[in-house]
Amino acid sequence: MAGFDKVVSSYEEAMAGLEDNMTVIAGGFGLCGIPENLISEIKRKGTTGLTVVSNNCGVDDFGLGILLPKRQIKKIIASYVGENAEFERQMMNGELEVELTPQGTLAEKMRAGGAGIPAFFTATGYGTPVAEGKEEREFDGRHYILEPAIKGDFAIVKAWKADRYGNLVFRKTARNFNPMAATAGKITVVEVEEIVEPGELDPDQIHTPGIYVNRLILGTFEKRIEQRTVRSDT
Amino acid sequence: MALTREQLAQRVAQELQDGYYVNLGIGIPTLVANYIPEGMEVMLQSENGLLGMGQFPTEAEIDADLINAGKQTVTMAKGASIFDSAESFAMIRGGHVDLTVLGAFEVDVNGNIASYMIPGKLIKGMGGAMDLVAGADNIIVTMTHASKHGVSKLLSNCTLPLTGKGCIKKVLTDLAFIEIKHGKFYLLERAPGVSVDEIVKLTEGELVVEGETPEMKF
Repeated sequence: MAGFDKVVSSYEEAMAGLEDNMTVIAGGFGLCGIPENLISEIKRKGTTGLTVVSNNCGVDDFGLGILLPKRQIKKIIASYVGENAEFERQMMNGELEVELTPQGTLAEKMRAGGAGIPAFFTATGYGTPVAEGKEEREFDGRHYILEPAIKGDFAIVKAWKADRYGNLVFRKTARNFNPMAATAGKITVVEVEEIVEPGELDPDQIHTPGIYVNRLILGTFEKRIEQRTVRSDT
Repeated sequence: MALTREQLAQRVAQELQDGYYVNLGIGIPTLVANYIPEGMEVMLQSENGLLGMGQFPTEAEIDADLINAGKQTVTMAKGASIFDSAESFAMIRGGHVDLTVLGAFEVDVNGNIASYMIPGKLIKGMGGAMDLVAGADNIIVTMTHASKHGVSKLLSNCTLPLTGKGCIKKVLTDLAFIEIKHGKFYLLERAPGVSVDEIVKLTEGELVVEGETPEMKF
């Protein structure tokens, strides 16, 4: 690696430095746009006590769900969970701490974390269990609650294409939480389907500038579909 | 007769207007997309980052990178746009979506809604529902009026943890179309063949009935 070249050649190198009890922010919505190989590397490493920040927690045998059997996740901050049996079991037994966070608030927490904003006011969650213990304030007659930003020791991200400098392009709804996650990690690791030379991506079409990216790796992806829904071809 | 799921969707669709940006929740709200009136242009927002959601794909069109908020494979309509989750909720929270349709377990006379959590049972989370109810001005809640055992879901006070406080103004149940204002329910329409008495009996919160209540038309 030299200069702005962010490319690493192994997943081991990509996740080097991840230690027990760290916070990991992950991109993805359901199983769409998840950094599936970086998650597998965390499983392989056996890191435990992790706080994971992600919209969802995968399914039993794919995505973040694969970190559950060996109890690698201590706490998850997510908006919608429980698509897998082991998650449900650990949550009901109090083995896994779950902090439910509204989806838009979660996205904004990551965005704020990456943008140097320590907290923000939002009407989302006012008067609900989400507001418990949080500062409330009124602006123009409406009630808001103060939500702290989130930063991660690591952010793990899936993009479609990148150049070697870590400029990223996402594809369709696989973008979701990935751009915000990319900004909020002390170390941001991105896996992509294609790496091109600097200058090959149109600067106007870059979704995430390389300044946010520390490590980049080329991967191959299963891209599992959670709800395969089709119409009859008429 | 209580409305079927399809009829609920049809009645909601009557509230659509040409040029509306609409977010449809999972379940009955999703069915509304099937009843967009001929010649009307409506754009569907899916909070995972798609404005201009199209129909489900054919086998050949399936793309793992293109799903809706229910994680179902979808397609994009002409003129669609894609964005990240923060941008998506900026649209929602910022009040740019014209109509939001979502389900609920309970609503009450103060416009409170409970829709995401039954304590003691598995808690899956609120997803985008809290942002949607807090951000939208024009919300229609679709739900059954009462449980199978005849327990009202239109209450003086929600009993379950809230999804949002004081944010619901319109509720369409299988029995009635109801407006919420001044801390009361107001009966606007009744399902065909359902009597006002029946609705009153199954509404625990204070229900105001003014004059003749028209039947819904389909």
